[in-house]
Amino acid sequence: MKTKEKNVIEIKESNWSYRKGTILNTKMMTKTEKWFDIKLDDGELGHEPGQFVQVELFGVGEAPISICSSPTKKGSFELTVRAAGRVTNQMHKLEKGDRVYIRGPFGRPFPVKQMFGNDILFVAGGLGIAPLRSLINYVMDNRKDFGKVDILLGCKSPKDMLFYDEVERWGKRMDINFACTVDKGEPDWKGNVGLITTLIPGVNLNPERTYAVVVGPPIMYKFVIAELLKKNIPERHIVLSLERHMKCGMGKCGHCQIDHPKNYYCCKDGPTFTYDEVKESKKL
Amino acid sequence: MKYHILEKKNLDCFIKNLLKKMKVVAPVERGSGNYSFAEISSADEIKCDYVPTILPPKKYFMPQREKIMDFKEDGDVKESCYIDGEKIAVFGVHTCDLSGLQCLNIVFNDKPVDHNFLMRKENLFMIGLECNKYCDEYASCALVNAHLPNGGYDLFLTDIGDKFVINVNTQDGEDFVESIKLPQASAKDMSELEKIREEKKKIFKNEIDVEPSKIPQIFEKSYNSKVWEEVANKCLSCGNCTNVCPTCYCFDMEDTLNLDLKSGERIRKWDSCQFETFARVAGGENFREERSMRQRHRVYRKFKFPVDKFNRFFCTGCGRCSRTCMAGINLKEILVKLAEEVKF
Ligand SMILES: Cc1cc2nc3c(=O)[nH]c(=O)nc-3n(C[C@H](O)[C@H](O)[C@H](O)COP(=O)(O)OP(=O)(O)OC[C@H]3O[C@@H](n4cnc5c(N)ncnc54)[C@H](O)[C@@H]3O)c2cc1C
Ligand code: FES
Repeated sequence: MKTKEKNVIEIKESNWSYRKGTILNTKMMTKTEKWFDIKLDDGELGHEPGQFVQVELFGVGEAPISICSSPTKKGSFELTVRAAGRVTNQMHKLEKGDRVYIRGPFGRPFPVKQMFGNDILFVAGGLGIAPLRSLINYVMDNRKDFGKVDILLGCKSPKDMLFYDEVERWGKRMDINFACTVDKGEPDWKGNVGLITTLIPGVNLNPERTYAVVVGPPIMYKFVIAELLKKNIPERHIVLSLERHMKCGMGKCGHCQIDHPKNYYCCKDGPTFTYDEVKESKKL
Repeated sequence: MKYHILEKKNLDCFIKNLLKKMKVVAPVERGSGNYSFAEISSADEIKCDYVPTILPPKKYFMPQREKIMDFKEDGDVKESCYIDGEKIAVFGVHTCDLSGLQCLNIVFNDKPVDHNFLMRKENLFMIGLECNKYCDEYASCALVNAHLPNGGYDLFLTDIGDKFVINVNTQDGEDFVESIKLPQASAKDMSELEKIREEKKKIFKNEIDVEPSKIPQIFEKSYNSKVWEEVANKCLSCGNCTNVCPTCYCFDMEDTLNLDLKSGERIRKWDSCQFETFARVAGGENFREERSMRQRHRVYRKFKFPVDKFNRFFCTGCGRCSRTCMAGINLKEILVKLAEEVKF
């Protein structure tokens, strides 16, 4: 930190500075979701499953986006962005070769080590598959470290399914049980139709040694958690990833604080929480 | 601890000497019983006997709109972060506001630290001023023990009649009083100061019928209190209470683009948890949709969350939130009602 000119002091290591990278590849996965593969100039992102980055579009703003690739994948990391507003619509215009600017990784990752040696039940609704995929692929790459693995996936319609090719591969693996459902079918859809909650009763699980990792919209949490509790999964074995308005990622701006009697910032204390921690919140 | 003496008739000389070294801001009158911290050029402009200014001096540590970075696109984007390094003396800061600045200092020292705040702090020369009596009926500084000096200043002035006793708290403070050759306080001056402190013990008493040590327990039990609904029925969600609060620091970020469409700025600006959009996300979900939730949140951020995290209240008893509220929401009344409900 030195004086540049009169009255101006430069902050050399600002926490607001960006890590720079280049887009290696993109793909429109659905009408509203675009996938990006990004390589940083300064090497590995250095994240753990469940963390997120703040992506900056200069002149437009920042948005928090989950890292959807596993840290076991080296050389680049992936994001899936739904066009939901100002920043995210603009992000959709980025193409292969474009530069990107990020801060992070931020947030408390999924409690991967506590999960070692346990059965894992993944429940993903809609875009929830994005943060969950960082853990699913981590578990696949370290399959021995875990017990039985179940994946339940729900989305609006077959057209809205994210990571279609990958999901198909999961369906074919013998070391995972995979089921998927859509809210509304289409003529050539042969899978389940109905809410994701309908898949839970059918899962055969040993509640004491199962971790259920659930990511989806607030409304889904309510019903899925009720089903999981019916199966006697302990509250502290139900792991969620919550979404909140975020402006800093550093536990300062206040936007992401959970409406809860305890002091929880979604960006620092989360976004992953156990149900036990946040159950007093009116809306998850 | 070193104590010096400044004759009141020499206050202007004191200010003029400060002005040789830096910009000076102090409480000035704004009409209708309002005061604000503003730049001054002589002691005549200062109002030493003032009720808390409209905005607390946090505006010098964390400006309402603050440039966080400049960026420029030239093939790649380059950003640079800097602050205006101007040295400023803040004269006449009450103990409640010194306490508020200490709260902010704790938050911005928490990792990751906020370089902007910390570097601005380095450039501010803080001169406190003791309240010998209450400013008005909104204050509750004795409740939170902010009616006496507790650090956070370079120099601290106490009015003992026709002179100020100056407590020197830092080397910078010492260097300044030495440079203008202020005499050391005599034994008689010190006994005058003692007398004022004794007198204050009689004047400043816990303003509400609630033991501060019980407050954490009250908040353990008040999350679902009906008081929040009552407060919400009055609240207009204007955000005045948080803007004027010396310990509120929530912010928003804004990118602006210059006309060349290649360069611009990232700005940090004050935000308020009382605004309906504060916790709303794209897609329409709002996590503090109801006013009662937002008011509860504000009060929990003063008496519950910071106690859990930093072991101190983030209320300084300055009374600004109640004084400024158009709907007449009064913080002391909220505390009393919560305590009554919990009944210790
Ligand atoms: C931890 C976390 C992980 C996320 N992961 C993904 C992901 O992998 N893919 C994806 O598409 N979306 C994700 N989101 C949601 C995404 O951040 C929002 O859709 C996005 O911020 C909306 O910004 P916008 O400018 O496009 O929308 P606008 O409605 O124009 O938003 C304006 C501003 O409000 C704030 N804001 C609005 N909505 C949100 C929100 N939902 N979350 C946080 N801040 C918000 C932002 O600061 C934004 O700049 C995630 C959110 C969080 C908190
Ligand atoms: S995003 Fe700013 S405090 Fe969490």
